[in-house]
Amino acid sequence: MEMVEKEKKEKPKIPRQKMPEQEAKVRAKNFNEVPLGYTPELAQLEASRCIQCKKPKCIEGCPVEIDIPAFIKRIQDGDFVGAARKLKERNSLPAVCGRVCPQEDQCEKVCIVGKKGEPVAVGRLERFAADWEKEKEEVFIPGKAPATGKKVAVVGSGPAGLTVAGDLVLKGHEVTIFEALHKTGGVLIYGIPEFRLPKDIVQAEVSYLERLGVKVECNCVVGRIETVDELLTEYDAIFLGLGAGLPQFLNVPGENFCGIYSANEYLTRSNLMKAYLFPRYDTPIARGKNVAIFGAGNVAMDSARTALRLGADTVRIIYRRSRDEMPARIEEIHHAEEEGVQFHLLTAPIRFLGDDNGWVTGVECLRMELGEPDESGRRRPVPIKGSEFQLECDLAVVAIGAGPNPLLPATTPGLELNKRGYIVADLETGKTNKPEVWAGGDIVTGSATVILAMGAGRKAANSIQEYLMSK
Amino acid sequence: MAEKTVCHLKVDAPRIARKAKPGQFVVVKANETGERIPLTMGGTDPSAGTIDLIFQVVGKSTALLRTLNVGDAIQDIIGPLGKPTHVENIGTVVCVGGGTGVAVMYPITKAYKEAGNHVIAIIGARNKDLLILEEEMKAASHDLRVTTDDGSYGHHGFVTDVLKKILDEQNQVKLVVGIGPVPMMKFLCKLTKGYGVKTMVSLNPIMVDATGMCGACRVTVGGKTMFCCVDGPEFDGHEVDYDELVKRQRAYLTEEKASLDRFKEIGR
Repeated sequence: MEMVEKEKKEKPKIPRQKMPEQEAKVRAKNFNEVPLGYTPELAQLEASRCIQCKKPKCIEGCPVEIDIPAFIKRIQDGDFVGAARKLKERNSLPAVCGRVCPQEDQCEKVCIVGKKGEPVAVGRLERFAADWEKEKEEVFIPGKAPATGKKVAVVGSGPAGLTVAGDLVLKGHEVTIFEALHKTGGVLIYGIPEFRLPKDIVQAEVSYLERLGVKVECNCVVGRIETVDELLTEYDAIFLGLGAGLPQFLNVPGENFCGIYSANEYLTRSNLMKAYLFPRYDTPIARGKNVAIFGAGNVAMDSARTALRLGADTVRIIYRRSRDEMPARIEEIHHAEEEGVQFHLLTAPIRFLGDDNGWVTGVECLRMELGEPDESGRRRPVPIKGSEFQLECDLAVVAIGAGPNPLLPATTPGLELNKRGYIVADLETGKTNKPEVWAGGDIVTGSATVILAMGAGRKAANSIQEYLMSK
Repeated sequence: MAEKTVCHLKVDAPRIARKAKPGQFVVVKANETGERIPLTMGGTDPSAGTIDLIFQVVGKSTALLRTLNVGDAIQDIIGPLGKPTHVENIGTVVCVGGGTGVAVMYPITKAYKEAGNHVIAIIGARNKDLLILEEEMKAASHDLRVTTDDGSYGHHGFVTDVLKKILDEQNQVKLVVGIGPVPMMKFLCKLTKGYGVKTMVSLNPIMVDATGMCGACRVTVGGKTMFCCVDGPEFDGHEVDYDELVKRQRAYLTEEKASLDRFKEIGR
């Protein structure tokens, strides 16, 4: 009898609900999205795990401070559209963030439920609510403040720029986005593959902004067609959300052999130019059978998984540090492993080998061991003498990071840069040293995450709003 | 639709026309499924708001552009891109254009003349029919020489033959600018190096975004990797690794052929 009583009192523990996903063997051959999203039943079951803390930690863990318990409560109550609208009070791109945010380092990391077990799957619930609103075509267009007559130029249409544009158009300002490429979305379009972030989702987010009244001008390379100073004669404020788009190379001999891509080029060909659909789309892409990917961040995982989908037999991630130092999200590493990507850790390339036609045929590597911690706090990889060995490859992708593209800064006199070429901006307001110019996202911080860029955009938008209304 | 045909499009692009300077280029994406290809501007008319695109039909994208009629639209055109030619008054300049390279050379030649230089121009093509902008180049220079590989017009031979003669005859030449097919630029630079005359070339590697984002266009100049789209397109011709450039230009020959064959078959 006593036992039964006790069981009644203790709520049976519901485990964290997994998201259905395409089976690894199947998905490694197609470009469709891998996780399929929660059903309403799964979403409500997962939402029921949220204990609606009086002092929630999750909100503090979110760079744009979404009222997480409030949106999850609406899912618990079956008000899915209401949940999406709650999200949109703080986050204009919930369908994107629900997919690509590193929740395990943010809201879910500090979730109270997670102290004793697994945290509430905030990201999966965010994705569910945003997708629901979209699928039901219940996308809500909020009311705008009366027109102020002020004009704002946003340079770059990635996460930072889209956030600034969305926030300021609602305040009644006239907002124009200038994008260098022929499509909007920045890294969401050229960088993140379809199987992780379907492009129609990005397109829908931009269309939503256009419905709010944001003007979009593609094919405008600011710095060439118009300089920042020229834009300043027409606009009251400018936000620079340029991203970190300059690819870094290994700087080892043979790196200019054909078949060696920067991750930017490889992913841009596949994602933006849709080279995976060649010859229906005109842009070609080399389809390697034996592919080497250098680096172990999210971009490296995206490149490796793209290579598999383009028909590779073997895809190797080559990384000079150990598994613990790999910068990619655990989920991405896990997905890559499931699909058959191999990991060659503590291995560093020293030169590429090629044939008479200038095509890559292999890479010579050195084995490494971990030494003392370096300035990043990670243990420094040290080459093991005499450990040279060769790996064959007919395609290589260098995914070791990106830097600031100097094109716009070089044509903007008086704009302060740091010694690595990033724009110096106040992290709380996004203000640069140049009057009427703000900046945020990767062009200030270096490569980071979508949500951090959005957080920077939000802060800059607030500062621009304050400035415009006091002018 | 003969391949190798030279094609001329006048495109309404007022903002680009207003901004473009000699030596710069544009990127063109013809339609939704099209690729981004860099094309040089053979001239601009800021008052009419037009730019001149002059190109040879070599693959699907250029074949597709050639089918456009008056009133048709190009979906995307991006520019001006690349660094403009650095033009100053230095004395005698020889401007050498081969094939469609003459199109790029025309505004540059004009700019050197306007800056007060004595400009000798040499233009060449494989035959008379492929020769372009003769009248324009005549007006843009003080002295125009013409060559054809097959002798159907002008000097029978290569532009480098004529250049050699000029360099032999006079030693006041301060600068040679050479723009054309890679083998032409390579041999031209070999020649001028022997005479110790500074030579600039304009390179045309494969590009994708052409804003410094992808590195498809990397070229080795003076032992260093440069991005042609933002560091160029003009470089010191004596420092360029032409063999690497040619190999990189040929990276997608198989795909380019498949694409062109498919276009001929289905017309899109």
